[in-house]
Amino acid sequence: MNFIEARKLVFEYIRRDEEDNVESILTALDEVDLDVREGEFVAVLGHNGSGKSTLAKHLNVLLAPGGGTLWVDGKDAEDADNLWAIRQSTGMVFQNPDNQIIASVVEEDVAFGPENIGVPTAEILKRVEKSLKSVGMLQYREHSPNRLSGGQKQRVAIAGVMAMEPKCIVLDEPTAMLDPNGRREVLEAVERLNREKGVTVILITHYMEEVTNADRVYVMDNGKVVMQGTPRAIFSQVDTLKSYRLDVPQITLLAYELRKAGLAIPEGILTRQELVEALCRLY
Amino acid sequence: MSIILDKVNYVYSEKTAYEIHALKDVSLKINDGEFIGIIGHTGSGKSTLIQHLNGLVKASSGGIYYNGQDIDDDDYNRKELRSKVGLVFQYPEHQLFETTVFADVCFGPKNQGLSRKQSELKAFTALRSVRLPEDYWYRSPFELSGGQKRRAAIAGVLAMEPEVLVLDEPTAGLDPKGRDEILDLVAKLHKERRMTVILVSHSMEDVAKYVGRLIVMNRGSVMYDGTPAEVFAHYQELEEVGLAAPQVTYLMHELRGRGIPANGTATTLEEAKQSILQAFSEKR
Repeated sequence: MNFIEARKLVFEYIRRDEEDNVESILTALDEVDLDVREGEFVAVLGHNGSGKSTLAKHLNVLLAPGGGTLWVDGKDAEDADNLWAIRQSTGMVFQNPDNQIIASVVEEDVAFGPENIGVPTAEILKRVEKSLKSVGMLQYREHSPNRLSGGQKQRVAIAGVMAMEPKCIVLDEPTAMLDPNGRREVLEAVERLNREKGVTVILITHYMEEVTNADRVYVMDNGKVVMQGTPRAIFSQVDTLKSYRLDVPQITLLAYELRKAGLAIPEGILTRQELVEALCRLY
Repeated sequence: MSIILDKVNYVYSEKTAYEIHALKDVSLKINDGEFIGIIGHTGSGKSTLIQHLNGLVKASSGGIYYNGQDIDDDDYNRKELRSKVGLVFQYPEHQLFETTVFADVCFGPKNQGLSRKQSELKAFTALRSVRLPEDYWYRSPFELSGGQKRRAAIAGVLAMEPEVLVLDEPTAGLDPKGRDEILDLVAKLHKERRMTVILVSHSMEDVAKYVGRLIVMNRGSVMYDGTPAEVFAHYQELEEVGLAAPQVTYLMHELRGRGIPANGTATTLEEAKQSILQAFSEKR
């Protein structure tokens, strides 16, 4: 069984008036199928309002499925008894770093999660050190979070999740509020956790450049999964992506434009290196 | 008409342990009708700088002149200045507060002392110019999508008919299409109304595509000030301060390194494409 298995997952936001009559129904998830293997790096793309965040909130049962089935780490998300087990195995990181940090010292913030689930003190200290180290923030352990940059704060938030020793991290636009440096720091930390610690990663983002290293990409539109495949397969379909209000990395777009102009460049170029090589072979 | 900053300094929490020198001797002349980009890493002084432009913060030392007049003079009308220099903050949709979008956009002109009718007229024009479909005008701002809310918030500033529009990362958190829509809208305002536009951005690709002049802030000082091509020629120095050139600029340099005569000053996709095609056609 896969780490995450969603079958025909449905979620509706239902609005009611004062007399409890249904005013409107917004189908945020419309029969979504999702399969994520343990240790995989999966990216989810989709325009604002396409249902990405609603999907993310299901993965650690912040929202319960309105229809269909969802299994996380071999546990049925509909069974209330599994709630805490699922939340421990799947951690979430959100967009705004300032909304996720609660303590006045970095290491205390990271210790908050394990403390809450009754991990013994000696073990907490070990976990705090290990998780801060895994995101490259160990030297800041005694700093105050409000003096850190956005990228550093996000890495502390990720360390806080890591201290719970989850098998999977779901990141909902973790870089949207960061500068280019901060974006790179966070992305590198996430990729390292996936590669070196085997943590399953689900990354939701609006930055196409961030998903080129993912194992697989899901594209959502109107609550449905409309595309899935490797980054190369997905980014080969420039026009389809644009019809979903998305884009491709700038280098991929340039390669696509050059191809249209008559240069025999292969489809689905993802990196600068690939384009340089392709052009040099032609020249 | 212009904005002149003369050796502006700004110090946060002066004479305390938390003193931060956010702006250091910043001198700039912003001419009427320019489209300027400001880049710099978090904490470089970008936001502090733009808050000086409409007198939201008062310089610790130095002078700021709007159309030749010192905005720190005791008898200067700073209230009027704030409607002439319209500031769109980061995540401006968090500032929407009225019960309908239309009422929210009316708030600015009403505050300027205009009659209800005049305010509504300005709101009407502003909402039209941001191309927010009319069915949304009388809904609660909370029912709008991210991109629509952002446009409603920009309309709120446009309704005051500013001469200068300053936007602090107007595309943060939007999907790619939403980003293009907002920036195309700003470019259109600049072109059609000859509005001076100052755009703070974290996207090198966006500033390269849209602005005519690029200012790089680093540690509170102006590090570079020139056309995008001039500024991005310093890509190595930019990397040292946590910035970068657009991806295509790197590509062009790498191609040159491999013996393809590509234009090293290309900063946009279109320029890169033309230059590569030219290199190939000249070879044949």
